[in-house]
Amino acid sequence: MSTSTTTPPSTRPANDPPVGRGMRFTGWAANYIDERTSLSGMVKELGRKIFPDHWSFMLGEVALYSFVVILLSGTFLTFFFQASMAEVEYEGSYVPLKGVEMSVAMASTLDISFDVRGGLLMRQLHHWAALLFIASIGLHMLRVFFTGAFRKPREINWVVGFVLFILALAEGFTGYSLPDDLLSGNGLRIIDGMVKGIPVIGTWISYLLFGGEFPGTDIVGRLYTLHILLLPAIVVAAIGVHMVLLIVNKHTQFAGPGRTNDNVVGVPIMPVFAAKAGGFFFIVFGVLVLIASLVQINPIWVYGPYDPSPVSAGTQPDWYIGFADGALRLVPPGWEFELLGFTVSMNILVPIVVLGLFIVVVMLYPFFEAWVTGDKREHHIADRPRNAPMRTAIGAAGVTFYSVLFFAASSDLIATHFRLSIEWVTHVLQALLFIGPILAGVITHRICIALQKKDREIALHGFESGRIVRLPGGEYIEVHEQLDDYERWKLVSYEDYKPLMVRPDARGRISPLERVRAVVSRAFFEDRITPVTRTEIEAAKHDSH
Amino acid sequence: MANDTDTGTPSTAVEPYAPSAGIAVVNDDAIPNPGFPPERPRVTDLDPAVEQQQERRVAAWFLLSIVGTVVAIVAYIVFPITPGDQGSVRLNNLFLGLGIALALLSIGLGAVHWSKSLMEGHDLVELRHGTRGSDATRAKAVEVFQLGNKESGFTRRKLIRNSLIGALVVSPLPAVMLFRDLAPAEDPVGLLKHTLWEEGTRLTKDPTGVPIRAADVTLGSVFHVIPENLAESEHPLEEKAKAAVLLMRLDPEQLQISAGREDWHYDGIVAYSKICTHVGCPVALYEQHTHHLLCPCHQSQFDITREAAVIFGPAKRPLPQLPITVDDEGYLVARSDFNEPVGPSFWERSL
Repeated sequence: MSTSTTTPPSTRPANDPPVGRGMRFTGWAANYIDERTSLSGMVKELGRKIFPDHWSFMLGEVALYSFVVILLSGTFLTFFFQASMAEVEYEGSYVPLKGVEMSVAMASTLDISFDVRGGLLMRQLHHWAALLFIASIGLHMLRVFFTGAFRKPREINWVVGFVLFILALAEGFTGYSLPDDLLSGNGLRIIDGMVKGIPVIGTWISYLLFGGEFPGTDIVGRLYTLHILLLPAIVVAAIGVHMVLLIVNKHTQFAGPGRTNDNVVGVPIMPVFAAKAGGFFFIVFGVLVLIASLVQINPIWVYGPYDPSPVSAGTQPDWYIGFADGALRLVPPGWEFELLGFTVSMNILVPIVVLGLFIVVVMLYPFFEAWVTGDKREHHIADRPRNAPMRTAIGAAGVTFYSVLFFAASSDLIATHFRLSIEWVTHVLQALLFIGPILAGVITHRICIALQKKDREIALHGFESGRIVRLPGGEYIEVHEQLDDYERWKLVSYEDYKPLMVRPDARGRISPLERVRAVVSRAFFEDRITPVTRTEIEAAKHDSH
Repeated sequence: MANDTDTGTPSTAVEPYAPSAGIAVVNDDAIPNPGFPPERPRVTDLDPAVEQQQERRVAAWFLLSIVGTVVAIVAYIVFPITPGDQGSVRLNNLFLGLGIALALLSIGLGAVHWSKSLMEGHDLVELRHGTRGSDATRAKAVEVFQLGNKESGFTRRKLIRNSLIGALVVSPLPAVMLFRDLAPAEDPVGLLKHTLWEEGTRLTKDPTGVPIRAADVTLGSVFHVIPENLAESEHPLEEKAKAAVLLMRLDPEQLQISAGREDWHYDGIVAYSKICTHVGCPVALYEQHTHHLLCPCHQSQFDITREAAVIFGPAKRPLPQLPITVDDEGYLVARSDFNEPVGPSFWERSL
């Protein structure tokens, strides 16, 4: 193992072995730029920066690269798309819709699909990349959550990433609505209905948003401005902050021999990480193009132009909006009342508030856990999920809650595919929304503790080698083989917390908040498996032989 | 930057800053880190023949990428789009995509293969430094703020400071005002309470606009209906979004009719708003033998025999009923507009 040495390519000593013409040009160019930008300082700082390696660290990369693909394919689409809701008669080359009245937005989307070579490819690429963008952000967030990579000093970056997730959803929905086809129009209709359900200001917000009554002739143009200008600008800025903080904080790493909280072990940006990450960009791009060329997505010509009257059975939103649609579906009948003559739509408000609370909890979780542990140290070693049982349980509960809402958005399809009644499916999902997260949390917590016990057992007594030995007395035993120090380290190096013991402060008082913290910390750490200690290892060695 | 090295002092300098470990257990008896395991060389590090083979393999990927690019360009030309021919679109999409995908994937796989098999493969170590600035740096930063404060008098001259804050707080208000003209001048509440239907408006088929005779509506049939004057209206889509109606004929015996609605149907023919009272999807699915209407978006169900009362799902209110009768020529016409606002609830709905 050698320590990183920084040799910026631009400050190559003159007395090196003879260099080729290409190198001479590179040297000249590097010098030219450095004398005008002092870029060599940055190369020195960042060029040999170390990145740890683990497959799960690539999820965020997938998100970043699919965003680049979105920008590239989206720019192509803007050259052809016209965000106007003016009515025209379609005259393009898709025969079944010839002569049909539709908006210019829909007609230009059809033109992209059927009259521009590669246009359909770019449309499908854009849509697939958008789905991958959101999916990979979601998985990346789960990775960060379950490994505790949001702990100090990365809480702010968690919030930035969370904002990116919300922006990605907004980008997805605004983009999805642009073609002005039947399916996306129904999506907007639902948004309109939800907005109208907001007390006091809802009617006006909807009226202003749509530039008059629904659907109006303004919404596509307005969403387009948000979709290609405002939201991407914020996304790019937030990604910039996300990356700068990543560099400042340096990447987390999993526990391993030689890895400590004070070092980063991995490959340098120049050249290995650059090659791997750069190559990976092309792989993500290539896979997306492959999907776009093979798998159809959002065939708006099948749906036809938007018309407020028809709708087909089994309408589904794009999957990432599913949890919101599912929340609307699970509301029981009758949740609406009048207050002093005003209509209060609890059937809309409750889903909005519940979803709002859910995402706020996700955003604030790092601060909550930091408050419970009171741990102000920096944490750079990623936890194995089992070693933080309560956090993992909370995460599993959250995932279950989200999943129930997600599946609820397909309740009608579940009913038709499995020949169940829609009422029954809805009632089961309603019950699961409450029971599911609790069950998932409790079970996950027990599984984590069990896994920790197993790790402890293996660390102390080794693993079953499969070798059966008969002792002189006739007894059979299976020989346990000890782990070597390197393997054992992964099992024994984790953070251990114990419940908070409330003590009076300097003025002899115990604040109510501190009492709450004690209760919560007990829930978190009452059941705990402590890491194996040196003494225990020694004792185990004497025991076994 | 975290790895700030311009002070020249090693990272092991004594720092007085010691953050609290909270309720973490710090155990002196913990097992020590065993340090790095011995390195394991790759086969390419040991065998020059394998190394050369891998080198050729990486280059092969990059050459394959060039082939992919050529395929894409050729596909663009040899698979043009013939207007009206769906198959040509499909071929263009497929081969253009496959060519580009081959070009991109090969670059990616080549680069990753290069990095894994041929580039220096040993892990390197970089030290972390606390994210927090050094005490000296922080003292300097505090001094900057203090000087700024002292030289401007920001906290001392309270009048200036508070008036500035006040001015900044109210200054965005005109920007908020500017959004009023996102929508026309009328009040939305009035608009939402009226539809195109009025006394004598004929019920016509959606989308053809053919008027419907009462005699054509057989028992158990269902019609998607729009008002006859929809096409001539100023904003057809907006009007349709409120005026769309579903018409069906039931055995008059089956209808449970409340007081005041006795003459809203015509011989068992009833008309209900098609716009869901939940969030406004078209309630388009009619189950003939149960007389239930189902909204495909959120599964609210309405019982037509009981004046479209909600029997399941998140909707609260029944679908508004359009009072109908027949004119002299036997065509179905509206008796009046709906007697309540159609579609999703809104705050001022019942005012």
